[in-house]
Amino acid sequence: MAMAAPLVLHLLLALLLGLGGQSRAEPERDSLREELVLTPLPSGDVSATFQFRTRWDSELQREGVSHYRLFPKVLGQLISKYSVQELHLSLTQGFWRTRFWGQPFLQAPAGAELWVWFQNSVADVDKSWKELSNILSGIFCASLNFIDSTNTVTPTASFKPLGLANGTNHHFLRYAVLPREVVCTENLTPWKKLLPCSSKAGLSVLLKAERLFHTSYHSQAVHIRPVCRDAHCVSVSWELRQTLTVVFDAYTTGQGKKDWSLFRMFSRTITEACPLASQSYVYVDISRNGQENESLEVSPPPTSTYQAVILGDRKTYAVYDLLNLATFSGSRSLNLQLKWRQLQDIGYIHYQPAQDRLRPHLLEMLIQLPANSVTKVSIQFERALLKWTEYTPDPNHGFYVSPSVLSALVPNLVGAKPANWEESPLFSTMFPTSDSSSYFVRLYTEPLLVNLPTPDFSMPYNVICLTCTVVAVCYGSFYNLLTRTFHLEEPKRSRLVRWLANIIRRIRGVPPV
Amino acid sequence: MGLLLDSHRRRALARLLLRLNTPLCVVSYLAGVFWFLGLAFSPLTQNTYISENAMGSTMVEEQFEGGEHALNFARDFTAQRRKTGSLPVAWLERTMRSVGLEVYSQSFSRTLPFPDETHERYMVSGTNVYGILRAPRAASTESLVLVVPSSPETLNAQAVGLLLSLAAYFRSQIYWAKDIIFLVTEHDLLGTEAWLEAYHDVNITGMQSSALQGRAGAIQAAVALELNSDVVTSLDVAVEGLNGQLPNLDLLNLFHAFCQKEALLCTLQGKLQHSDWASLGGSLHGLQTLMLMVLRQASGRPHGPHGLFLRYHVEAITLRGINSFRQYKYDMTAVGKTLEGMFRKLNNLLERLHQSYFFYLLPSLSRFVSIGLYMPAIGFLLFIPGLKALELWVKLNKADFGPEEQLGPNHSLVQPFGQDARGVALTPLVAPVLISQATGLALYLLPVMGQHVAAQHFPVAEAEAVVLTLLAIYVAGLALPHSTHRVVSSTPRGPDSGWMALKLVALLYLAIQLGCISLFNFSLGFLLAVTMVPAAALTQPSGPRFLYAVLLVLVSPGATLLGSLFLWRELQEAPLTLAEGWQLFLSALAQGVLDHHLYGALLFPLLSLGLYPCWLLFWNVLFWK
Repeated sequence: MAMAAPLVLHLLLALLLGLGGQSRAEPERDSLREELVLTPLPSGDVSATFQFRTRWDSELQREGVSHYRLFPKVLGQLISKYSVQELHLSLTQGFWRTRFWGQPFLQAPAGAELWVWFQNSVADVDKSWKELSNILSGIFCASLNFIDSTNTVTPTASFKPLGLANGTNHHFLRYAVLPREVVCTENLTPWKKLLPCSSKAGLSVLLKAERLFHTSYHSQAVHIRPVCRDAHCVSVSWELRQTLTVVFDAYTTGQGKKDWSLFRMFSRTITEACPLASQSYVYVDISRNGQENESLEVSPPPTSTYQAVILGDRKTYAVYDLLNLATFSGSRSLNLQLKWRQLQDIGYIHYQPAQDRLRPHLLEMLIQLPANSVTKVSIQFERALLKWTEYTPDPNHGFYVSPSVLSALVPNLVGAKPANWEESPLFSTMFPTSDSSSYFVRLYTEPLLVNLPTPDFSMPYNVICLTCTVVAVCYGSFYNLLTRTFHLEEPKRSRLVRWLANIIRRIRGVPPV
Repeated sequence: MGLLLDSHRRRALARLLLRLNTPLCVVSYLAGVFWFLGLAFSPLTQNTYISENAMGSTMVEEQFEGGEHALNFARDFTAQRRKTGSLPVAWLERTMRSVGLEVYSQSFSRTLPFPDETHERYMVSGTNVYGILRAPRAASTESLVLVVPSSPETLNAQAVGLLLSLAAYFRSQIYWAKDIIFLVTEHDLLGTEAWLEAYHDVNITGMQSSALQGRAGAIQAAVALELNSDVVTSLDVAVEGLNGQLPNLDLLNLFHAFCQKEALLCTLQGKLQHSDWASLGGSLHGLQTLMLMVLRQASGRPHGPHGLFLRYHVEAITLRGINSFRQYKYDMTAVGKTLEGMFRKLNNLLERLHQSYFFYLLPSLSRFVSIGLYMPAIGFLLFIPGLKALELWVKLNKADFGPEEQLGPNHSLVQPFGQDARGVALTPLVAPVLISQATGLALYLLPVMGQHVAAQHFPVAEAEAVVLTLLAIYVAGLALPHSTHRVVSSTPRGPDSGWMALKLVALLYLAIQLGCISLFNFSLGFLLAVTMVPAAALTQPSGPRFLYAVLLVLVSPGATLLGSLFLWRELQEAPLTLAEGWQLFLSALAQGVLDHHLYGALLFPLLSLGLYPCWLLFWNVLFWK
């Protein structure tokens, strides 16, 4: 026994040393990139898109990851616990008006949208999905716990994994939209807390709730997916992208002028980059398309420009590198300003009919659209009465139908050279593209408000009572009257009665019975 | 019901019914009529009140000051209208865009079934222009509509000006939670119909129109505006819509509340409210207003563009600016403030307007009669055909037995149907019922189908041809053979059983039709019941038949229409002469047919396919022998 104790101790020591040696040999690298894209929209409004990307070269799926630096722990634990392959959550208020604002980098439907790919190892996907949505509901203070089987679908064609994936068996995909979800400060605060610099430094100081919620459109999202660690793609890194898009109504805030500045939009200026960030850029779209009679001027002059083909158009961006001290030369803060001077054939149909109170309808169509054409997809439906406990407290408001999704691969009009995926700005690499001849867009339609037949809830008691009475009283008697035949029978009188009657009749002078 | 199971008691009851039938009918009729006349008096009317919590009192002050701006827009619009000769689409689009709206237009065309002589149009094509004010941070699921109809005869230039000025003002406000659609339609109701059909992506009237490019979700409420003068003395509000549909009473209450807040003069049916409601004069004034409303509702025509919105479950009213000889005038700012107030309250709605009444009659703007209080009037009237039918049924069942006393104790009143000679024989009735229905069908189809043939062979225009064919078929129906039943019925069953059976069927048919009509359009049901029911109850092929014939002709649906026209003008204090009345009658017939084809009004098919054949059955009863 005396020999055995030191031996065990030695073994333990060796084990500890071994573990320590391994971790020292392969340090887990994580990095943060932040950027802001300011785009003057064709309608005169201004859109601002924030993207924060945290990349972590670590196997999150493996148990035992306990040390978190930049990657938020709460999300990391979620991924490992529920074996999440990919997670996309967006909270949006307002509607992106593509006709007037042009194409968005990433559109989202009004309300809350959540879609998750689970790993192949998950046994009960529905259970994990339910638990996951409940936890996310707590993390983001949103009513995601209302996601259940009645509003969850499993699309087969339109939602593919955006990151690395072994297979695309759609049984591991869940998709849900809550069109009625309202986005407010309480959702923004937890979202900001996930940022390594929170809202203390860097681009995130601009995220002032008071201004962000004074806009025409507000959409915040969280995207988690696995990506290649390097060009060889032997190992996996995890990527967390937090995006926030707002559209400022230049008409109301700018008294009809299209000029804007950072301070006028956010009531803040940028003073420094986030110290934890390895890259921090501000891009301003200064390309002029279709607005020949106007030219624009940005101040301060940009440090460099960046040209690329984004969403099928050649764009020029003024670039401000916040890590470069020259950007802040002259003053301690950066206040960007911009001034204007005097812009069919259906190949695949997947239809999954609804089951009452269990799952919704799902209709997916793959359509090849001819050029310059209008395609109309219409669905006939009937309005039905709900069960009386299923009506919401405000049934006369109507019931929401989730927005439909349009995913398209649009051919590029201008040729573009394939850019290095890791090097190019974040906004251009959201969707992986196989080649540069086309680009991917996903659009959403407005949610629909449908009026269902609604009983008058002020008098259900009266109606129930009246109906029951009418049925009980009238039905029985009428049935009785209609189904019987009647015969008159001579009443049998007793001898005494007949005797009495005859006496009376005799007195009256009538012949006796 | 137990009473009916005992045949002795049943016989006693039947005897009682036969004896008291006539007095009961008279009492019931008088009760119905007086109940209706009493609707304007104080115990039956209530004060209106806003039920919808979301539109309750707010401390908002209306800040619209764009009255002059509106008049400038109106002057420009008139000038552009004169220059282009039709709706100045390009100018409207430019102006709407300049005030910051999303602008779209929609073109439509419609060929009327026959030329409309009142509005002088046949092949109509036009363009609607609308601009959408997008509410910030809303996903375009709900919207409100402000609609101004513009047509060659009523330009509504001031209304268009006010619409543009309001749009500019609304655009600079930040509190909108619903999108607001500013719509200018051409060719008044036709344009509105085309726009509504395209907005809801349906086609029910054969309108050809281009699809709408811009939408704004479910429309929650709509206000139509008609203004033709720079200043107004009062605002008149119209509520009666297509087929007698009414908007939720809360919308009217909202308008009334802002009338009082802005101290505007507001009228209903062109009548001001009487100052002293409690007095007899006040109540009689209310009765007059109520009668006008009943007549307008019974006509089933949309009395303004709002009437077409109601079909899509969109609550809507029409406001008309009146410029009369009163001393005190209001400018555009006052009207604009009223509209601003209404839209801001509607903007607060969380649900569709549903809290208040959908069925009501209005003796004045501040008082109403609810459905529970006016329905007894028609209930009393419909009691009469029921009583009469019961009487006939009892009589028919013992027609063969002569005097009551000889009825043996072993016979009951009711025998299984069709087993015995007693009971109602239906075969002789087939011919008259079929002939009457066929006449009704001809009345419905032939005038429009045969207009070209008629116009070729007679020196009349198409519109006249339609009306004259209508009258010709109507009158010809009276001269149809009334002796068909003699050929068919071979079994003699007593002298009276034939006409009694026919009258029984006709009475039940009438009662069912009137009952159904009064459920969705009380006014129409009541007007028809109060005229047709007594004549129908009296008709029989014996007694003073000439008197009955005159009475029946006087209460036929066509004659009721003529009478209503005279009554309507009498109540408006603009009585008609006989010749004017006739002219108005002819044009009302044409309009009735047109309304059916253009907007789907149901009065014409109801009368021609339902009530006219029913009336012919009574005519048949009268000339049975």
